[in-house]
Amino acid sequence: MEGETQVISCDVIVIGAGPAGLMAALRAGEAGAGVLLIDREPFTGGQLVKQTHRFFGSKHQYAGTRGFDIAVRITEKIECLKNVKILLEATALGYYEDGVLTVLHEGRMLKFKGKAIVVATGAHERFLPFENNDLPGVYGAGAVQTLMNVYGVLPAKRILMVGAGNIGLIVSYQLVQAGVEVAAIIEAAPRIGGYLVHASKVRRLGVPIMTGYTIKRALGKECVRGAIICKIDENWNPVEGTEIKIEVDAVCLAVGLSSLCELLWQAEVPMVYIPELGGHVPLRNEDMETPVERIYVAGDAAGIEEATSAMLEGELAGINAVSKLGYSVEDYANKRGKILSDLKNLRSGPVGEKIRAGLARLRTLRNGNL
Amino acid sequence: MLDKDGVPTKEELLKQLPSEERLDRGPVVVIECFQEIPCDPCYYSCRRRAIREFADINSIPIVDFERCNGCTLCISSCPGLAIFVVDKTYSEESALVIMPYELLPLPEEGEEVACLDRRGEEVCKGRVVNIRTRKMQDKTAVISVAVPKEMVMEVRNIRVTS
Ligand SMILES: Cc1cc2nc3c(=O)[nH]c(=O)nc-3n(C[C@H](O)[C@H](O)[C@H](O)COP(=O)(O)OP(=O)(O)OC[C@H]3O[C@@H](n4cnc5c(N)ncnc54)[C@H](O)[C@@H]3O)c2cc1C
Ligand code: SF4
Ligand code: SF4
Repeated sequence: MEGETQVISCDVIVIGAGPAGLMAALRAGEAGAGVLLIDREPFTGGQLVKQTHRFFGSKHQYAGTRGFDIAVRITEKIECLKNVKILLEATALGYYEDGVLTVLHEGRMLKFKGKAIVVATGAHERFLPFENNDLPGVYGAGAVQTLMNVYGVLPAKRILMVGAGNIGLIVSYQLVQAGVEVAAIIEAAPRIGGYLVHASKVRRLGVPIMTGYTIKRALGKECVRGAIICKIDENWNPVEGTEIKIEVDAVCLAVGLSSLCELLWQAEVPMVYIPELGGHVPLRNEDMETPVERIYVAGDAAGIEEATSAMLEGELAGINAVSKLGYSVEDYANKRGKILSDLKNLRSGPVGEKIRAGLARLRTLRNGNL
Repeated sequence: MLDKDGVPTKEELLKQLPSEERLDRGPVVVIECFQEIPCDPCYYSCRRRAIREFADINSIPIVDFERCNGCTLCISSCPGLAIFVVDKTYSEESALVIMPYELLPLPEEGEEVACLDRRGEEVCKGRVVNIRTRKMQDKTAVISVAVPKEMVMEVRNIRVTS
């Protein structure tokens, strides 16, 4: 680094401009606070940008609207607020004890200090161990979506999808729309994990869904030429003699996400391991504040969930961060109550069971910790 | 089985279908959404209030088939592409299946297409009688296909062959 750069101060720094960060910045900005919203990508929206499908969730949180349109709509609202600054292609790299955040932007290291920080950095994809998984042509679902939906490049002619959660199902659908043949969707669990309407929708396109199967090996020397899949038993062991060879030129892994929380580790926010929420997640209270005062989390960074809940958590983090700083949030008590009850409602059904269990564990651990 | 391969069984389907008697009286909605998921746009899309108000966002859509007139408004609101309208009174031999469609190229009106079942397998031929791509549908085309009457509960997708 050349010389000492000046530390720029503001009220709230929001890291990550996905649905969670966008809503946090919007709500904090509406209360009049000086907000800096940064994202490492050249665009706002996070995961939303890659979602060409209509969103599930609550109509009031834009469900039924296509992901990329949601991002544009919220960003436009933020741009109307003069006290919110959006800085793109800006990667938060480090957080130091004195509260300074270092950010890499256009080759320069900038330093910021916020009275409150909202970490909304989203998630990273998990990988799967199998023979030859380092062959070119073995992709994560996120990479496939980026190639297809952001850059318009076809990732393959014929592809094997591993994982029948929502991401595996949706990306398969998008692959077919783009003209790629999806040879099959395989899923190790005995049941489809994603929403069944999504499963039926790809099935109607003629894509087989095979539950109780895993990938054993990718075939090929320089690049993927095929894959061997096989059945697995109740103990997740491969069943001899059930191998099937599938000819494909790519394998796409959609086997789950984990919270991206490097900055939280650096800030010494206590982390706990809760598989239901995707792995290591930060401790936090109902208001999205971590045990490190004035550091908030929201969205997938707080635990893997969905865009609707990410937006609600972002709103919650936004209003709480600014009201703690002394800004008055119009009708605060009602707003907070409404968001909390919307979140509860959203997680109340059978598919929310895992999240509820995870959050219950988080609460127990938090109470023990404090 | 629905949760194993994405294809609902006859029993699973029966829970949500309009009665034969209602089907014989003209266009009516068929919603193939059988799992409680946090999703509700269909409820808000129906101006006739034929989709019962959701107790909470996880409710399964339940239709009052007497109120539904098969107007097709709800079809393009559903992110699961799970809503269809069928009309068994279309003509002597054929029935209409009205479905959401998000692939390119779109067929032309009057074109013959391959009709696919819930597995994506071709079960018969059909003729496209109408395509709607209004702006409010936001890129989900709504296509009406005339199919042999007995196939009205089988056909749920098409393949453009030309
Ligand atoms: C294929 C797919 C389909 C989905 N479909 C649906 C759906 O139908 N309905 C639904 O509700 N949800 C859906 N989701 C889930 C939804 O997209 C996510 O839950 C949601 O985007 C999480 O929001 P977020 O703001 O927490 O994180 P993200 O959207 O991941 O945003 C995080 C942002 O932080 C930025 N960032 C990360 N680290 C840094 C750093 N160090 N410095 C600066 N910026 C950083 C990233 O660039 C990114 O823009 C889907 C997800 C996928 C992958
Ligand atoms: S077809 Fe029309 S009346 Fe029937 S449920 Fe759909 S929107 Fe309502
Ligand atoms: S909009 Fe579609 S997926 Fe959502 S609840 Fe209604 S029918 Fe089911």
